[in-house]
Amino acid sequence: MHIVVCVKQVPDWDIPPASFKVDEAAKKVVPPPSVAPVPSQFDAIAVEAAMRIKDAVGDTKVTVMSLGAATARDVIKHGLAMGGDEGVLLVDDAFNSLDSHGVATVLAAAVKKLGDVDLVLTGRQAVDWDLGVTGTYVAEMLGSPVVTFAKNVTVSGGNVTVERVLPDAYETVESPLPAVVTVSNELGEPRYPKLQQIMAAAKKQVSTWGAGDLGLDAAALAPRMTLEALYVPVVDTKVEIMEGDTPEEQATALVRRLKEAKLI
Amino acid sequence: MPNGVLILAEVADGKIAGVTQELVGAAQRLNAGPVSAMLLGSGVEGAASQITGVEKVYVVDNAALAQYTTGGYTAAAAAVAQQADPAVILLGQTNVGRDLGPALAYKLGTAVAMDTIALEMKDGKLHTTRPAYGGSARAVNGFATSPAVATVRPKSQDAAEGGSAGAVVKVDADLSGVRTRVVERKVATSEGVRLEDAEVVVSGGRGVGGPEGFAPIEELAKLMGGAVGASRAVADLGWRPVSEQVGLTGKVVSPTLYIAVAISGASQHMAGCSGSKNIVAINKDADANIFKTARFGIVGDYKQVMPPLIEAIKKAKAEG
Repeated sequence: MHIVVCVKQVPDWDIPPASFKVDEAAKKVVPPPSVAPVPSQFDAIAVEAAMRIKDAVGDTKVTVMSLGAATARDVIKHGLAMGGDEGVLLVDDAFNSLDSHGVATVLAAAVKKLGDVDLVLTGRQAVDWDLGVTGTYVAEMLGSPVVTFAKNVTVSGGNVTVERVLPDAYETVESPLPAVVTVSNELGEPRYPKLQQIMAAAKKQVSTWGAGDLGLDAAALAPRMTLEALYVPVVDTKVEIMEGDTPEEQATALVRRLKEAKLI
Repeated sequence: MPNGVLILAEVADGKIAGVTQELVGAAQRLNAGPVSAMLLGSGVEGAASQITGVEKVYVVDNAALAQYTTGGYTAAAAAVAQQADPAVILLGQTNVGRDLGPALAYKLGTAVAMDTIALEMKDGKLHTTRPAYGGSARAVNGFATSPAVATVRPKSQDAAEGGSAGAVVKVDADLSGVRTRVVERKVATSEGVRLEDAEVVVSGGRGVGGPEGFAPIEELAKLMGGAVGASRAVADLGWRPVSEQVGLTGKVVSPTLYIAVAISGASQHMAGCSGSKNIVAINKDADANIFKTARFGIVGDYKQVMPPLIEAIKKAKAEG
């Protein structure tokens, strides 16, 4: 069994809102200088899902793959410390400003190059752009079925069984392998690597592939969508703080204002 | 030449779901040619007449679509799109839309803008605005390919009212290539109003101190016919079920009134509630981030504020 987990490196999403800045001209987020990039939360949970399958069925190779800058090696190492076996870093100048379709094209090409992949796992969405499309695009490119929003993933007899998270229902979906599954946070917390595992991860092999290694040219990576603007929305509400010397007076003032605004 | 807007209608228990008329409204306002709907499922044709303000309703009614599967719905929607040849396709950012959107877009050789909150035609092309970075930023996207596919956040668009039902056009689709199978589906029974549908949400944060701190929050939610929400910290601590979590890793809600009790307003949480029309914040820290997006605020200890607030609302309701 060979599982590939696609992990994206993102600016730490849990920063105080006041530190969030955008360079509108460059259409890029400017991460605060002291904040280190981290694995996108749902992707770390996808690594956890892979490790649970490995624990359950044994004889499983887990490859942790990331597309991005050279620093994305850190998130691969983190996945390897969690128990992954090998890493693949996809880095190339041609990969610098890809849209989701381009990212999926590179990931799918890398999965094909690995050749013997049974299951591709990734987070349900990246916590920077929150799109939730990459897993599905990769599946379509590989010609594999996709199951999204997993809270439990098990493998047996050439099939993957996925419990899906839906707001108003529980659903169990079965798919033949190879398949792509996107993982939601309800699966549970990713395991925390022990120091010994972190040290062992440093010795595990990480291959680096570029566009040439994957046979991808500019046409294959051409964007289907364009980013025309990125900005921080102006919050035009100015909070109206309820006056009052006692909680009773504050509460009464609030109810009066809610009534005036026709909210009750 | 692609023309017009095609929207995905959704049905629940034989009735057209709320997001459908919102999509019709958004499609009409684009002013980009005729608006048509597609209705996919098993035994759904009867619901077609409930969709109003559209020219045509394309129906794929097939037993193989009784349960949602990505492959089945993608094949059906693609068959409709090929026949209707629209310039724009809109889906709700719902269970179905968020799964189907990317698969359909790929099948049609184009791309999808997910969870959009504003749509505009410029020079005959769709431009979408969507929250990114957990709602901290807005991204405006354009399309290099056609048709432009977008999922639209529920309650972000005014619903179309009136107008006549569309002419039903039956479409056949080849559904033989579906490889996934729904083994089991159980509808979750929840008491009271669904969090995503609630017009009023009362949420509590870690600042309430423990599970028992949710008693006044539950009381207020019940009183206002609303639902209870929780911050991630609260769900992580097990004080409330994960199903009540509002935020980046939980649910996205856009109620008319969102009452945040002892919630500081971390990015993670705001991603789930910043679409609310009115936010009321009750927090003892006057500098809490939540006050930056709130319309009304009370600076004070929730323990002291909630009882008189509940009483005052009861009184206001009695007065009518």
